[in-house]
Amino acid sequence: MTASLHRLSAIARTTFTELVRLRTFYVLLLFAVVLILSATFLSRISFQQELQVTRDITLGAINFFTCLLAIVATAQLLPRDLEDRVVYSILAKPVWRFEYLLGKFFGVVALLAVSLVAMSLISVAVLYLREQTALREVATQFASLPGDQSAAALRAVHEAGVNQNLVAAFGLILVKAAVLVAMTLLISSFATSNIFTISAMAMAYLIGHLEGIARDYWFSEHAVGWGTRLFLALIVLVFPDLQSFSWSDQIGAAGATLLRTAPLALFYIVGYLLTAIAIFSQREL
Amino acid sequence: MKFITLLVIALLFAGKVPLERAVAPSPSLDLARTLDPRERISQSALVGALGGFRDVVADFLFIDAHFAWERTDWAALLMRMRQVTTLQPHLLMFWDIAAWHMAWNAGTAALNDPTKSPFARHRQQREYLELGRDFLERGITNNPDRPELYEAMARLYRDKYQDHARAAEYFGQAAQRPGAAAYDERFGAYELSFAPGHEREAYDRLHALYLRSEKERLPTLVTRLHALEAQLNLPASERIPSNGK
Repeated sequence: MTASLHRLSAIARTTFTELVRLRTFYVLLLFAVVLILSATFLSRISFQQELQVTRDITLGAINFFTCLLAIVATAQLLPRDLEDRVVYSILAKPVWRFEYLLGKFFGVVALLAVSLVAMSLISVAVLYLREQTALREVATQFASLPGDQSAAALRAVHEAGVNQNLVAAFGLILVKAAVLVAMTLLISSFATSNIFTISAMAMAYLIGHLEGIARDYWFSEHAVGWGTRLFLALIVLVFPDLQSFSWSDQIGAAGATLLRTAPLALFYIVGYLLTAIAIFSQREL
Repeated sequence: MKFITLLVIALLFAGKVPLERAVAPSPSLDLARTLDPRERISQSALVGALGGFRDVVADFLFIDAHFAWERTDWAALLMRMRQVTTLQPHLLMFWDIAAWHMAWNAGTAALNDPTKSPFARHRQQREYLELGRDFLERGITNNPDRPELYEAMARLYRDKYQDHARAAEYFGQAAQRPGAAAYDERFGAYELSFAPGHEREAYDRLHALYLRSEKERLPTLVTRLHALEAQLNLPASERIPSNGK
C-alpha cells in the first residue's frame, strides 16, 4: 500500500514537472492574468456594478482558462508518453496501470490547483482594491441616511466583493476542472491522438452543460418515442452535469453549492477514472 | 476481473442520476408554473449554447447596454437588458438596473422629448414604466425568495406610479423574505400612511414600531405618526409625546 502510494506520488510529481515546463501552460496563464486585469478597465460603469462585473469577468476568465488547461494538458499526456515510448519504460517497472493513470490524474490536478491559486490571488487583489474604493464611495454617499440603510448599502458592496462565496467559487472551478481531467483521461485511454481527445472533450463540455436539461426532459412526459428516450438516456448516463458546478445560478450561496456538489464531483471522478482504468488495462500497448 | 470491473462501472453510472437529481433538482413546480414557457426555453438554450461562459457573455452585453444608455439609444438598451437578464436570471442587479433604465431614464427622457406632443410624451413614459415593471415582475418570478426586487418594485410604485398602497404591499413582501433589510417594514408603514383610506392601519403599524424600540423612533416615523394622529383626530391621551421620545 505504502509502496503503491510512493509510486503514485512519483508519477504525479513527474507529470506536474512535465506540465509546468510546457509553454502552453505559461501562455494560458498569461492570457488569464491579462483578462483578469483587463476586467477592471472593462467595467468602469458605477462603483457597485463595476465590482459585480469585475468579479463576474474575473471568475469567468479563471473558469475558462482552468477548464481549457484541464483538457489540453490531460489530452496530451497519454499520446505523448506512447509516442516517446515513456509509458513502456514506466510499465516495465513494477507499476500497475491504475497507478500510472492515477498518478497522471493527481499530477494534472496539482498543476490546476497551483495555477488556480496564482489566478485567484491576482483576482482577489484586484477585487479587494475595487471593494475598498466602493466602500469609501458608499460611506460618503449614504452618510446622511439612517444607520440601517447605509449598512444595507455597505452589505451589498461586501456581497459583490471579496468574501467566502468568492473562495467557494474558486473551489467550484477546481472541482469542475478535476471532473474534466478524469473525463479527458477516460477518452485518452482509448483515443489515438490528442486532437481527437480535445475535439471530443470540447463536445463533451458543451453537452455537459446541457445534461441537466436532457435529464429533465428524459423524466418529463414530453419525451415520447423510444428513440428520443434512448438518446436522452445516453446523454444523461454518460455525461456529467457541469451546470451543477455553476456558482451564478446560486448567487450568494457558492459555499453551499460547493458542499452540495462535492460528493457528485467525487462520484464523477471515481466513475470516469474506474472506466479509464478498465479500458487502459485492456489496451494493447 | 473484466466482468467485475464492468459491473462496478455500470452500478456507478446507475447511481449517477439519483445523485444528480438530489444535487441539482429540477426547478420547483411553483417556479415552473409561473415562468413564461418561452423564457424557460430561451434560458435553457442559451445556457447550453454558451457552455459555462454565459456569465461573461452577460457581463459584456451589460457593458454594451451601458454604452447604449450613454447614447440614449433606448431600443438597443432594452434589447441588451433583455438578453442580459435571460442569460443571468438569478443575478438581481441586472433586473434592478434594467427596470431603473426603463422606468427612470428612458421614461424621463420620453417625458422631456420636445419633438412630441404632451399626450404622446405621457403615453410613451407610461410604456417605459410598464417595461420597467415587467422587468421587475419577471425578476421576482425568477427569484421569488429574495427581498431586493420586491423593494425595487415598491420604489417603482412609490416614485413613478405614486401608488402608495401597492408600494406598501411590496415593501411588506420584501420584509417577509429572508435577509430583508431592517428598514423594509418601516418603509412599508410609511407608504401606507400616504395611502388614502389606510390611515388607521398605517397608524397601528407605525405605532407598533414606535413602541418596539428607541432605535425605531426616527424623525420621519415620528413626523408621520403626528400627521396620522391629526388626521385620525386622536385624543391627546393616545398621542405620542410631541418631542417623539
